[in-house]
Amino acid sequence: MTTVPAETAALEFRGAAPWRRALRLHGWTIAVWLVLIAMVPYWRSLSEQDFKFDLQALAIDALPLCFAAMAQAVVVISGGIDLSIGSLMGVINVLSAREMVDMSFRQALAFSLLLLVLAALASGFTGLIITLTRIPDIVVTLGMLFVWQGVALWIMEIPGGGVPIDFSDLALGNVGSTVIPKAGVAVFAALLLLWVPLRWLRPGLALYAIGSNRNSAYLSGISVARTRVGAYLLAGLFTGLGGLALSASSGIGDPNSGTTYTLNSVAAVVLGGVSLLGGVGGLIGVIAAAYVLTLSKIILLLRGTDPNYANVYQGALIILVVVIGGLLTRKTRS
Amino acid sequence: MSDQATPLLEVRGVAKHYGPVVALRSADLSVSAGEVHALLGANGAGKSTLVKCLTGVTRPDSGTITMTGRATRARSPMHAARLGLSPVFQDPALVPDLTVAQNLRLTGSSVDAVRSQLAAMDLKVSFRELVGDLPLPILRMLDLARALTHDPQLLILDEITAALPSDLAERVFDVMRGRRERGRSVLFITHRLAEVIATSDRATILRDGRDVGTMVPQEGGEARIVEIMLGPEAARAEAEASERDEAKLPQAQAEAAAEAPAVLEVDDLQVGGVRGISFTLRRGEVLGLAALEGQGQDELFEALAGQRKLEGGELRVAGKAFRPRHPYDAIRRKVVLVPPDRLLALLPQRSVRENVAAPLYNTPLRWGPINMREEGRRVQGAVDALHIDMRAARQVRRLSGGNQQKVTIARWLASGFAALLCNDPTRGIDVGTKRQVYALLRELANDGGAILFFSSELAEFPLVCDRVLTIYGGRVTAELVGAAADEGTLLQAMHGLELDEAVA
Repeated sequence: MTTVPAETAALEFRGAAPWRRALRLHGWTIAVWLVLIAMVPYWRSLSEQDFKFDLQALAIDALPLCFAAMAQAVVVISGGIDLSIGSLMGVINVLSAREMVDMSFRQALAFSLLLLVLAALASGFTGLIITLTRIPDIVVTLGMLFVWQGVALWIMEIPGGGVPIDFSDLALGNVGSTVIPKAGVAVFAALLLLWVPLRWLRPGLALYAIGSNRNSAYLSGISVARTRVGAYLLAGLFTGLGGLALSASSGIGDPNSGTTYTLNSVAAVVLGGVSLLGGVGGLIGVIAAAYVLTLSKIILLLRGTDPNYANVYQGALIILVVVIGGLLTRKTRS
Repeated sequence: MSDQATPLLEVRGVAKHYGPVVALRSADLSVSAGEVHALLGANGAGKSTLVKCLTGVTRPDSGTITMTGRATRARSPMHAARLGLSPVFQDPALVPDLTVAQNLRLTGSSVDAVRSQLAAMDLKVSFRELVGDLPLPILRMLDLARALTHDPQLLILDEITAALPSDLAERVFDVMRGRRERGRSVLFITHRLAEVIATSDRATILRDGRDVGTMVPQEGGEARIVEIMLGPEAARAEAEASERDEAKLPQAQAEAAAEAPAVLEVDDLQVGGVRGISFTLRRGEVLGLAALEGQGQDELFEALAGQRKLEGGELRVAGKAFRPRHPYDAIRRKVVLVPPDRLLALLPQRSVRENVAAPLYNTPLRWGPINMREEGRRVQGAVDALHIDMRAARQVRRLSGGNQQKVTIARWLASGFAALLCNDPTRGIDVGTKRQVYALLRELANDGGAILFFSSELAEFPLVCDRVLTIYGGRVTAELVGAAADEGTLLQAMHGLELDEAVA
C-alpha cells in the first residue's frame, strides 16, 4: 500500500461553540450589569428614601463619571490611555459656569454645543501631538492633565459662576412623571447617537483594529494615525458632555471639580471589561461599571462608613471583580 | 493585448536604506504575465524589503517600478491592491480581536467572494470566529483567500508556506498553478527550494541587497540555486562542511545508539491533543517528530518543557520520575526547549551575551556576584561553536532570524543539557543557516546529547534524524529509520495511513 495520500481532503475548521463565543464576547458586559442589579436590594434595604428619588440621585451622581468613563473607554479600546480627561472636564465646567451665568436657556444650549466642539478639538489636538511626535499616550496626556488644570484655574480661580435653571433641569428630575431619571436617559442617548452607529461602521471597526494589533490594522489598509486622532476627537466629545454634566448637576463652576474623574474613569473602564491592552470591550459594560462604582459609594455612605475607609472598600472591590472576571474568562477560554 | 516583450512587473535598481543599514542596494526583477516567479535569498538578502517597496509599505530611496510599462508607486498596501499587486505578508494582516467577518468588512472585501475562494481551496471556516482563536495556518489561508478576491495581476506570497503544514501548502501550490493558467502572475518567496523547483517558472536570487541571477529552477536544481544564493566562495565552504558531516555519520551509529542509555522516557503521555504517546529518547540520537499542523506536537513539547500540566502518563529523565510543573523544573533536570517562535525564548532588547547567559542565573537563592570571567568564557564558547554573527550583538532583536535562532540554541550549549527539545528550529531561516543548524544538531548528538526534533519541512528529517516518529491525531502512527524517512513515506504516515511493511 504505497498510494499517495489524497492531497486535498476538505478541511473544516470548527472553533468554540456559539454560546461560548457569545459568552466570551459579551459575558463581561452582562456580568457587570448583573452585579449592578444584585446591589439594588441591599441598597434599598439600607435607604429609607423613596426609590424614585434615590434612583434620580444615583443617576445624577453618576452622570459625569459615565461620560468620563465613555471617553476613557474609546481611547483605551484604540490602544491608548488618556490621563487628561478629568482636567479637561474641569475646563469645560468652569468655562460654561463663567459664561452661562447670565445667559438665557437657548443661549446656554447654543454655547454648550460650542463647548462640545471645543472639547473635541482640544482632545483631538492631544491625539495629534501623540501621533505626530510618536510619544506614548500616557506621557502626552499626563502633560495635558497639568495644562488643562492650569487653564481651568486661569479661567476661574475659585468656585463660582452658574448656569440657567432650565439648563440644570436637563439633567435633574425625571422624564415626565415616570421613574426614569433624565440623567440616565442622557447617558443612553449619547451612547445611541455617538457610539452605536460608529460601532457597526468601518471607523468603529478601525478603532478596535488599531487597539488590537496596529501592524495588522495597517496592513488591512487602515490609517492608524487618523484613527487614533479620531478616537481622541470622540473621547473629547464625551469629555465635553462630562464637563457640562458637572455644571448641570452642581450648578456652579469649580476648577478642581474634574480631578477625581481621570482615575475613576480608568477604574470604570477596567471594571467594565475593556482591556487596557486595547481592542477588547465595549461602552455598555463601562456604563454599568460607572453606576456600580457610584452606587457602591452611596451604599457605603448609607452604612455610615468613614469616607476614608470607603475608598479602601472601593479599591478592594475593583481588584476583586477584575480578579474574578479574569479567572472566569480564562475558564471560558480553555 | 499587451506586447509580449513587455513584462508585467519591471523593477529597476530599487534601493532602500534604513538609517545606516542598507537593506537593498540595487535590485532588478522582471515578472512576465502568466508566470510563477520565485524570489530567493538568504535571510537579510533584501527579499522582504523589496516586497515592502512593491506594496507601498515603505518608499524606496531610488529605482523604478513599472507595471505593464507604466511607472507605478504604491502608497499603501490597499493602493497596491488597486494597482493589481495583492500581497500576502509574512505577518498576518488580520486583526486578532475582531471576527473574520469584521476583518473582511474592515478591508471592504466581499464575504461571499472570500467564502468561494476558500471553497475552491476546499476549506471551510466560520466567519463568526474571532481571528485570535484561529490557528496560524488557517489565518494564512484566509489572507490568501482575501488577496485572491481582487483577482490581482500579480499575487505576492511572502513566505506563506513557512507556517503551513504540507497539506495546506499543497493547496497553495494549486492556487499558484490556477493563477498561471488564467494568465496571472505570482511572486513566490520561500526558503524551501524543493517548492521552488516544483512550482516556479523562473527564480530571481538576491544576495546582499542585489539581484545576483535569474534562472529556470528546474535547470540546475537546488545545488545551483544554493550556489548562486551563497556566492561562489561560501558555496565551496558549505560543500566541504556538508561532506565532513556526512563522513561523521557512519551507518553503524544508528545501531549503536539503540543500546545507549535512555535520557528521556515518555510513557503513555496524555496532554491536550496528545492521546497516549510513548517513546524513548536515547543518548547520542536525534529523534525526529513529523506531523501535520495541530496533531498534538506543540502540547507534547510544552508538557516536556514544564509549560503544561500532564493529564496522564509518565515521564522519566535518566530513569527517575519527571513531573515538571514549571520550565525551571525541566531546566534543572537538563531538559531544555528551543520553541518555534524565537522571540518567545529571547529577551529581545538585551544583548547576545545576556541572552545566552540567562539560564545560568535561574537559581534566585544563590546570592553573590556574577563570575563575569566564567560567564564570558561559557558564552564565548557557545558563540564560537555556533558562529553567531556578533556585529549587532547589543540587542538580540536586531539580529537576523537565523542568528536569533542560534542564540536560543547557544544558551543551552552554555548551560549544558541532557535532552534538547527543538520545536521547528529551522522555521523561517535561510538555507545556509539551516545547514549549520543540521550540522550542529548532529554534532551535539555525537557528543552525547539527546535531541528531539520537530520540523514542518519534511526534507530535513533524513538529513538530521536517526529515527523519526510520525504523529497523527495525538498518537504515534509509525517509526522510521532516519535514512528511510523520505517525503512520500512521511506524508503517508502523517496522514495516519498504513505504511508498506517493507518501509516501516
